[in-house]
Amino acid sequence: MTCEYNLYDPSWCPGCGNYMIRTALKQALEELEIPPHMAVIVTGIGQAAKMPHYIGANGFNGLHGRALPPAIGIKLSNKDLTVIAESGDGDTYGEGGNHFIHTIRRNVNIAHFVHDNQIYGLTKGQGSPTTAMGQVTTLQYDGVKVEPVKPLALSLTMGAGFVARGFSGDIPQLVELMKEAILYKGYAHLDIFQPCVVWNKVNTFQWYKDRVYKLSEDYDQTDFNAAYEKALEFGDKIPTGILYKVEKETYEDRFQFIKDGPPLVDAELNPFDAEKLMKDFY
Amino acid sequence: MNYSILIGGAAGQGMDTLAQLLTKTLKRYGYFVFKHSDYMSRVRGGHNFIQIRFSDKQVRTYEDKVDIIYALNKETIDLHSERLKEGGIVLVDKAVSDDENLLLLDLEETAKEAGNKRAMTSVGMGAIIKLLGLEPDVALNVIGSTLRDSIVDVNKEAFSKGYEMVGSRFGLKQEKDEKILIDGNTAVAMGAAAAGCRYYCGYPMTPSTTVLSNMEKWSQELGIFTEQVEDEIAALNMALGASYAGVRAMTGSSGGGIALMSEALSLAGIIETPVVIINVQRPGPATGLPTRTEQADLRFAIHSGHGEFPKMVISLRSPEDAFYQTARAFNIAEKYQIPVILLSDQYLADGELTIEPFDFSKIEIERNLYEDELPAGRYKRYELTDTGISPRIIPGKVEDKLILVDSDEHDEYGNITESAQMRTSMVDKRSKKGELLEGEVEEPWLIGDENPDNLLVCWGSLFGQVNEVVEILQEEGHSVGALVYGDIYPFPTRLLKENAATAKSIIDIENNSAAQLDGLMREFALIKSDHKILKYDGRAFSVDELYNRLKEVVE
Repeated sequence: MTCEYNLYDPSWCPGCGNYMIRTALKQALEELEIPPHMAVIVTGIGQAAKMPHYIGANGFNGLHGRALPPAIGIKLSNKDLTVIAESGDGDTYGEGGNHFIHTIRRNVNIAHFVHDNQIYGLTKGQGSPTTAMGQVTTLQYDGVKVEPVKPLALSLTMGAGFVARGFSGDIPQLVELMKEAILYKGYAHLDIFQPCVVWNKVNTFQWYKDRVYKLSEDYDQTDFNAAYEKALEFGDKIPTGILYKVEKETYEDRFQFIKDGPPLVDAELNPFDAEKLMKDFY
Repeated sequence: MNYSILIGGAAGQGMDTLAQLLTKTLKRYGYFVFKHSDYMSRVRGGHNFIQIRFSDKQVRTYEDKVDIIYALNKETIDLHSERLKEGGIVLVDKAVSDDENLLLLDLEETAKEAGNKRAMTSVGMGAIIKLLGLEPDVALNVIGSTLRDSIVDVNKEAFSKGYEMVGSRFGLKQEKDEKILIDGNTAVAMGAAAAGCRYYCGYPMTPSTTVLSNMEKWSQELGIFTEQVEDEIAALNMALGASYAGVRAMTGSSGGGIALMSEALSLAGIIETPVVIINVQRPGPATGLPTRTEQADLRFAIHSGHGEFPKMVISLRSPEDAFYQTARAFNIAEKYQIPVILLSDQYLADGELTIEPFDFSKIEIERNLYEDELPAGRYKRYELTDTGISPRIIPGKVEDKLILVDSDEHDEYGNITESAQMRTSMVDKRSKKGELLEGEVEEPWLIGDENPDNLLVCWGSLFGQVNEVVEILQEEGHSVGALVYGDIYPFPTRLLKENAATAKSIIDIENNSAAQLDGLMREFALIKSDHKILKYDGRAFSVDELYNRLKEVVE
């Protein structure tokens, strides 16, 4: 059985952060020795969401904003699969905001990699939920007039047990963060900064490079208040790494028949199993 | 024999429990029972009533005339007294009325003597059972097995006191009971469970909610994952994820919730992933009449989802039909890799009736997953084939084979493409499945006379009323038959064309204002009805109303 992931020619722009994210993803999956047929990448719509076409794993390229619901359906149906949801900042925090909130509440064992370039790429440069207040875009001619979403603070508040931030410009760190997120038992939120070389002239590669710094070795990943403070740090300095990581019971483990039984997909189906239901209706 | 009991009052007066006890009791005495509730969309107050009809023959609908009215408030007497049959009885507490033409009983005071004022409805129940002339034992057993332990004794006592208050008026005899008592939503859920559905998620919406709550109730016992999710958008997207992973999955809602699923329905179409969706119709537009009934989502079901893709729409005609058709829907969904929409309505969903037990040996599970050796190289999820159906495998089960599905137009591997040629091929592929599906649809039920002078057409739950009215009209000497559509899209036309060719008059009966079935007949069979009997006040036809309106037009 091979654990090598094939790559296919992408249609991303040269210099796009998605290339580095894909490189890190391939490396993370291979180092974890997950065979490609046991991994599923579930995405919405957008440039980030094209990932399943460019790396040889199982793929579910669904609807804009809707990467998380099918990812949950897949994981609950076959707990043996490694399920990774990938989507952009607009996809996740805009169109899919409701799913994002309720996915955190559930704590299904999936990893969620959000490609966050603070702009809409595929639809050509409109403001996204993470675009800074006042930033001029191809649609917000007079500047964005709403506050940006603070993704990590939001997921912490909702009770996520794994909250992290990476940067496409630091592949070794990103590989480690992805591996940790995949291995984490529960919902793991990894927001990844990436430059959009065409549409975001503010948050460039250099912009991120000048600001990101790694959390120190002695940073306590179980300290919620420290994590919350770090999640809000978004100025001249922006922290990367695992902000918060604690053990939590997963959603699927709250169902005895999923926790102790074989994957749902392996259940033998027999109509007579349901015949006993009629007893209550005589 | 044929009797009806009406219980009327305000929400919160315990009518529901009384009706449940009485329905079950009459069923246990061996009668065919039909329970129909008329509720307002509120938790307290308002005017609600429940009708229980029973007979020694199958009953599937309610009648206007009733034999016994149990009035829990004065409004019930005012609103329903004129519906009393000759020799009928209005039973009422002395505190509510002093009209000596009514059967005035000391219900509340007696309940207090028994130990709890709230057991008043059990005093009334005792009186009703005695009026009917039935022995008390079956009723006492039902009270014992239905109510929670802490209130059983007081209610039994109240029942017995009520039983002693009156004499027998109707002189009924106990029959043999081998049947089940079930409503349409429970039948749908049971059909899904029998078909091996292992994933059901949804968002509460009247009148679809009890499909979800039944699945939830059976979840642990049968290993069915069920969840109340954040919205209907998530519900269908999740079900599609589950189905992609290889599990039989279903979701459901009522009109507004189904509207939110439109986008994902279209996704199911292009990713060719099987799924079953139940739409329990209620009157729209928008919030409409939440607790009432209508058949106005037929066109919506057929046309929901943007773009062109094959789907099947099946309307459910009775609890039996709901059970067998729901199970069948899973096979069709997997065979053609399409979404199948089931159409029910509030009338069918909530109406409880006595029927023969379901025959589980009739349920076949046909997954149609591809199990042979696949050719070497990349797996083609959307391989172009003669039938349009591609070999479907599920992720994680075949080493080195990867399954890629995509909401973008795609090539045979599932990869995004904008090739004009591939786009045309993929549209043709999906259309072919739709054409093949036409061979799968079942013709409508034909009840009454074959090739009748008066050809009635209807669909879904109207079977209950039409079935009974056809019988009455036949007895009166009319040449009358009815086509009752279950499979409705693709639209079956053979029986319609055959019967329309000789019919003198075609009469379309629907619970909507736009005669949507009539539109389908014109579109797919170039046949239009001569008369339309439509009802869109949020209520189902009673057998009397349908009879009277048909009498105006039958030849």
